Amino acid sequence: MARNLRLLGFLALICASLSISGAAVIRPINDAHRSAALELFVPTNGSFGSLEEAYEALRTFQIFGVEKSTEISHATCPVVAEKLGSSSFISKDLFLALRVNSILGCQIDARTFEDVASKLQAVIKNASSLVDFHYGVEGLLHIKDQGISVALSDADGTFHSIKALSQSDGRWRYDSNSAESSTYAAGIALETLAGVVSLADKDVDQSKIGIVKHDIIKLFDSIKSYDDGTLYFDEKHVDASEYKGPLATSASVIRGVTAFAKVASGRLNIPSDKMLGLAKFFLSIGIPGCTKDLFNQIESLSHLEDNRVSIPLILSLPSTVLSLTTRDQLKVEVTTVLGSAAPPLTVSLVQAFRSDSKDTPVLENQELQFDSENTIHYLDIIPLKLDAGKYKLMFEISLHDPENLNTYATAGRTSVMAFITGSINIGKAEIGIFDSDSGKSEALQKLDLSRDSALSLAANHLQKLHLSFQLTTPLGHHFKPHQVLLKLRHETNVEHIFVMESSARQFKIVLDFLSLVEKFYYLSGKYEIELTVGDAAMENSFLRALGHIELDLPKPPEKAARPPPLPVDPYSRFGPKQEIAHIFREPERRPPKELSLTFLALTLLPFVGFLIGLMRLGVNLKSFPSSVVPASFSILFHAGIAAVLLLYVLFWLKLDLFTTLKVLGFLGVFLVFVGHRTLSHHASATAKLKSS
Amino acid sequence: MHPLGLYLTSFSYQEIEKKLRMAKSTSSDAQMLIRSLRTAYAATPTNLKIIDLYVVYAIVTAVIQVVYMGVVGSFPFNSFLSGVLSCVGTAVLAVCLRIQVNKENKEFKDLPPERAYADFILCNLVLHLVIMNFLG
Repeated sequence: MARNLRLLGFLALICASLSISGAAVIRPINDAHRSAALELFVPTNGSFGSLEEAYEALRTFQIFGVEKSTEISHATCPVVAEKLGSSSFISKDLFLALRVNSILGCQIDARTFEDVASKLQAVIKNASSLVDFHYGVEGLLHIKDQGISVALSDADGTFHSIKALSQSDGRWRYDSNSAESSTYAAGIALETLAGVVSLADKDVDQSKIGIVKHDIIKLFDSIKSYDDGTLYFDEKHVDASEYKGPLATSASVIRGVTAFAKVASGRLNIPSDKMLGLAKFFLSIGIPGCTKDLFNQIESLSHLEDNRVSIPLILSLPSTVLSLTTRDQLKVEVTTVLGSAAPPLTVSLVQAFRSDSKDTPVLENQELQFDSENTIHYLDIIPLKLDAGKYKLMFEISLHDPENLNTYATAGRTSVMAFITGSINIGKAEIGIFDSDSGKSEALQKLDLSRDSALSLAANHLQKLHLSFQLTTPLGHHFKPHQVLLKLRHETNVEHIFVMESSARQFKIVLDFLSLVEKFYYLSGKYEIELTVGDAAMENSFLRALGHIELDLPKPPEKAARPPPLPVDPYSRFGPKQEIAHIFREPERRPPKELSLTFLALTLLPFVGFLIGLMRLGVNLKSFPSSVVPASFSILFHAGIAAVLLLYVLFWLKLDLFTTLKVLGFLGVFLVFVGHRTLSHHASATAKLKSS
Repeated sequence: MHPLGLYLTSFSYQEIEKKLRMAKSTSSDAQMLIRSLRTAYAATPTNLKIIDLYVVYAIVTAVIQVVYMGVVGSFPFNSFLSGVLSCVGTAVLAVCLRIQVNKENKEFKDLPPERAYADFILCNLVLHLVIMNFLG
């Protein structure tokens, strides 16, 4: 038996070593997740909105070891008690309430539990859909955990009914009517079957359990993978109405499989690298931003933490950047997914490759030492004579106890990218101008690139600029950084950037201005020189101002390219806009005031002439009536006409038409009356005169 | 009938012809024509002369306004129209009054002159209301 187990373990090791997992940057769950959980699961006045959300929050807090607050209990327990005490038969409500109660431990008396248990047993008896079975069985399990004795009477029958909904590819249907099978449903079904087995008063038929184990193996055949070695479960068709996404689906499957593995005797033949791949999937999503995702992640990882199939062990580096200057050590951590200690094991650095030579390893088979105080494996890299640069490190875990091979899942080889940084020496820096015909380096001057310089060079278009220097690593090798750039910037902010090439162990650039005249847009003047050298493995990357160079270039011909327009400050669009000059209608040219007044006087002249003419004609008032009454009427008549004319003047000056018409109406009536009297009197007077 | 034609009925055609026949040259013809016009005109009644004077006054005012417009341009055109039309309108009404008041005019024999005068006043008042409204 032990030999068989050892053979199996050896086979597993070979299988595991053949699979080299990709480079996934994953770390086990740490305090960052804990604080994220505390930030996301925030109750409003102690309650979480719904029992489902309350359960997610409470379960996450339970896994992180966060103390239950009395405020939450005070707010949620009454809801739980009300749901359990009500006479409703909705199995979902009972299930949710029981789930929350199992964490909160509200004061519910045994009678209530027994009532609920009998209700749930009736639900199971009449159930036809998977979710009904699930709510009933899981509810009964929670009641059993409270200490009430419950048992499923017809466990075999229930088991058979649930099993009947399974499909050949390991998935489950939700009920006998639905045509589509779902992986999420498979997780629920496995969890329910595990519940049935643990609730059964007599043992369930072992052959049935064996069939379910086969179903699980088939389900794991449909697992999907990403390029970085993580594995996950997803539905076959992503447009189904019940689609829940890979995170929720994988969480459901893990819940079901780990629950089933607990109750089934014997082992589930799931390859350990699949469990490890699933663990890596949950760890690679980082810290989710929403409560449901965080709950699914943490709950699945807590199931993986101590499951009966195989417990994944995660190898991670607390820091992937090691400095030669501060003499860092290479540190490696091996823990379970939630950060608990791993069994005794040894980590060895199997191979280390430099990023520029991927075929030949620079290091092989270095065993890491174990620091039991900090539970960390470490290796001194200084004696290994590793130079600065980017490395791919391949680690292998070997468990001390061969029995643990069945319990724990370790990857064959884990590869991690790491940087070893160091201080790069810059030496033999020279700069100079020389004529193109004489290639001698007489005019070269030494340059100190450890600080800014203030050189003042001058060149015309027939000359060349020469700059060269050497870069060496702490171990004395030639270093090729990622960026070696020379920039020339004109006074008008037109920039030209040149990449320096490395040849014969030095970096050199020769700027032949004759060929660059067009590129520089024929702009003569002062150019600032800047040198940039940078790399991720270089601790002293720099940007140095070297000084300036006065360039004398020929005049641009007519068809030369203009320098590109300088980039406009992007914030200038928020500044004030150009002022718009509106064109208004020109006011009419009015005549000068004196002219108008002159003509006003001229217009009044004819009136004067009229009056003079009247006098010359001998106008008199002889026929004005002499007696009082007709005289008064005459006066009133003339006054009335004068009043109307005055009204017209007022109308022109300030009144409006309606007021004028109103007043004119009254005046008109008055005038008609008075005028009639006056004129009829005058007419009779004239007639009397004629007849006499 | 045309007012000018009625104007001329105040003195006889025959006298003019006689005087014209007696004329020897065209310039003296014109002078004699003007002289005869003046003497004939002196015979018209005073009230008609007052009305004629009023008409002349109105027309002269209108002409002055037109000259002003010619000088400065017709910018507030409504004002110009209003001014000119008030002068022309009142001149027309005065001519109508003259026709109705003229004793030698057989057509309006039965119309009392006071009635004509009242019509003249009323029409002028209405005209000037409209003019004031249009003056702006």
